[in-house]
Amino acid sequence: MATENPPATAGPPASAASAASAKGATRKGDRIFLGLSRGSGITLLVIMAAIAVFLTWRAALAINADEANFLTSFEWDANANPPRFGIAVLAFGTVVSSVIAMVVAVPIAVGIALFISHYAPRKLATPLGYVIDLLAAVPSIVYGLWGALFLVPHLTGLYTWLDEYFGWTGIFTYEGGAARSLFTVGILLAIMILPIVTNVSREVFRQSPKMQEEAALALGATRWEVIRMSVLPFGRSGVISASMLGLGRALGETMAVATVLSPSFLIKASLLQPGGGTFAQNIAAGFKEAGSMGRDALIASGLVLFVITLLVNGAARLIIARRKEYSGANA
Amino acid sequence: MKLQRTIRLRTAAVGALTVCGALALSACGSDDNSGGSGSDTTKAASKIKCEGEGNLLASGSSAQKNAMDIWTQTYQSACGSTQINYKPTGSGAGIQEFLQGKTAFAGSDSALKPEEVAKSKKVCKSGQGIDLPMVGGPIAVTYHLEGVEDLVLDADTLAKIFDSKITKWNDPAIKKLNPDAKLPGKKIQAFHRSDESGTTDNFTKYLNAAAPSSWKHEPEKAWAGKGGQGADGSSGIATNVKQNDGSIGYAELSYATGNDLDTVKLDTGAKEPVEATADNASKAIADAKVVGQGKDLALELNYKTKSEGAYPIVLVTYEIACDKGNKKESLDAMKSFLTYTASEDGQKALKDKGYAPIPDEIITKVRTTIDGLS
Repeated sequence: MATENPPATAGPPASAASAASAKGATRKGDRIFLGLSRGSGITLLVIMAAIAVFLTWRAALAINADEANFLTSFEWDANANPPRFGIAVLAFGTVVSSVIAMVVAVPIAVGIALFISHYAPRKLATPLGYVIDLLAAVPSIVYGLWGALFLVPHLTGLYTWLDEYFGWTGIFTYEGGAARSLFTVGILLAIMILPIVTNVSREVFRQSPKMQEEAALALGATRWEVIRMSVLPFGRSGVISASMLGLGRALGETMAVATVLSPSFLIKASLLQPGGGTFAQNIAAGFKEAGSMGRDALIASGLVLFVITLLVNGAARLIIARRKEYSGANA
Repeated sequence: MKLQRTIRLRTAAVGALTVCGALALSACGSDDNSGGSGSDTTKAASKIKCEGEGNLLASGSSAQKNAMDIWTQTYQSACGSTQINYKPTGSGAGIQEFLQGKTAFAGSDSALKPEEVAKSKKVCKSGQGIDLPMVGGPIAVTYHLEGVEDLVLDADTLAKIFDSKITKWNDPAIKKLNPDAKLPGKKIQAFHRSDESGTTDNFTKYLNAAAPSSWKHEPEKAWAGKGGQGADGSSGIATNVKQNDGSIGYAELSYATGNDLDTVKLDTGAKEPVEATADNASKAIADAKVVGQGKDLALELNYKTKSEGAYPIVLVTYEIACDKGNKKESLDAMKSFLTYTASEDGQKALKDKGYAPIPDEIITKVRTTIDGLS
């Protein structure tokens, strides 16, 4: 009876129908949308699985044939017979150049983001935002060429200065010659990741609760105190996510590094001495002339980069999860 | 308003930067694509015998790219029904693709290794892969040293410089070879290729053969020497040598002339030090021996040559095809195209592009072999 004449009946049947539609199983549009979004999710997983399986399979072939220690040896002779190669230098170079990039870029990016969101007059803030977007659109090979033709010759002064005042630390000794070291790579990478870190941080800072800011102002806080007490704690996890996005780009950057760095399979104590290498740069340099074993060895190094990126992202998630209580965005 | 103008200006500046980048990129890909135009093309084209049609796929050595561009342009203006597609992927990748049966022939900076010949029997069915020397080129040693215009070096000093055993420009060994030059006490910055390359392979083959006591590393595509700085690609070497006073590097001749770099004259033991030119390279290739078995024409260069005017740091690049059992659909087109590239016109077309024609004695053998391909 009730089902034959729904409008007439009140109560239970109607609420049952709305419960069913809330599950998203009855309406056609709901079902299609559910299918689409679930499909997208599955596609992502399938792509990641396909990459991981491919990398692992090819890497296993190479690592089994490797005559040297894959994790600790300082050489790359993958096309020789028997092949000898290790990723120690690449892992060191990748991590060090990315860390330098983060140390340089993140404070500047946060500064720019705060300036745009809280200090700059609107007339200035909008165009400044555009300029930063523009920086993000420059292809990495152009950064590489700019780095090689402009940045490298202009860094010798800074290098000499660092050597004179901080040479005693051992990590800033410089013996002259073209400044094509991991430090230069770090600076170039910093410029490359600046826009992405700035843009995400700016959006997060913009969303900081106005009520809290105004409350702080009402209590007599200065602008810096407002930022310190309400904006920064609120935006912290956002800034961390932004930094991780930037770090991802820095870890995987290929062409710019290959153009600027003078690679070698040695770890130098001084960051200013040419040498070292990164995973992506080494793959770009070795891929074209590689034999089948050489290619598998490069893929094995790609797998390590994949794992490092995974670990870094995992660590970032942990930090964000721990700071959840501060953040409105993640609550 | 003013601000927006600045933005527009900046946009323009970035745009200009991008354009410069694109220009620089295309510049390092090839130095001159305008070759073989005008009446030369038509004259040369009339002698080409067209056979076969369709797509002719090939890939490999990037050192051959400029030569292939010229040949392809001339050949296609005569034989419109054949499309030649040469991808400069690098020798290793080129051989790989050939062995997988994806291409009709491969271009390579070094001859097939025994294990690659064994693998080629699968693709060639009834035959095997053979090496056909087709283009030669001098590898110039370029340097940048203010105040020194004519620099003479020999194999032994070169080996020591690139292995960081000689580190100052006023080293006695260099002084002895250049008694009249005012050599400064600057540090030598030696640049080598950071990517794996046939140029490095051939350059270190020379050092290893001509100065065995000073260069003890095995010749390889990856740089094996000690110290120095690495740079990406021949254009990377040229850029860095140009930028740094006191530097030295090695690259194909076209990169040295294209960037206005000074090149080292080589003291080979001949009466006069030899300059890196296409002619002088041809003279050195004439001293080479054919060491390939049967139809294979792989060459062994005489790096110790003392012939007058022979410049021994040369790179010979090969086309690699099957002697028998080539793919039927592309056989005719390939034979016709390779016949042209090995012909007198084909070889002559390269001369002003920094390439060295293969000397008569060897190229005649190449022509006969191409004729017999099946």
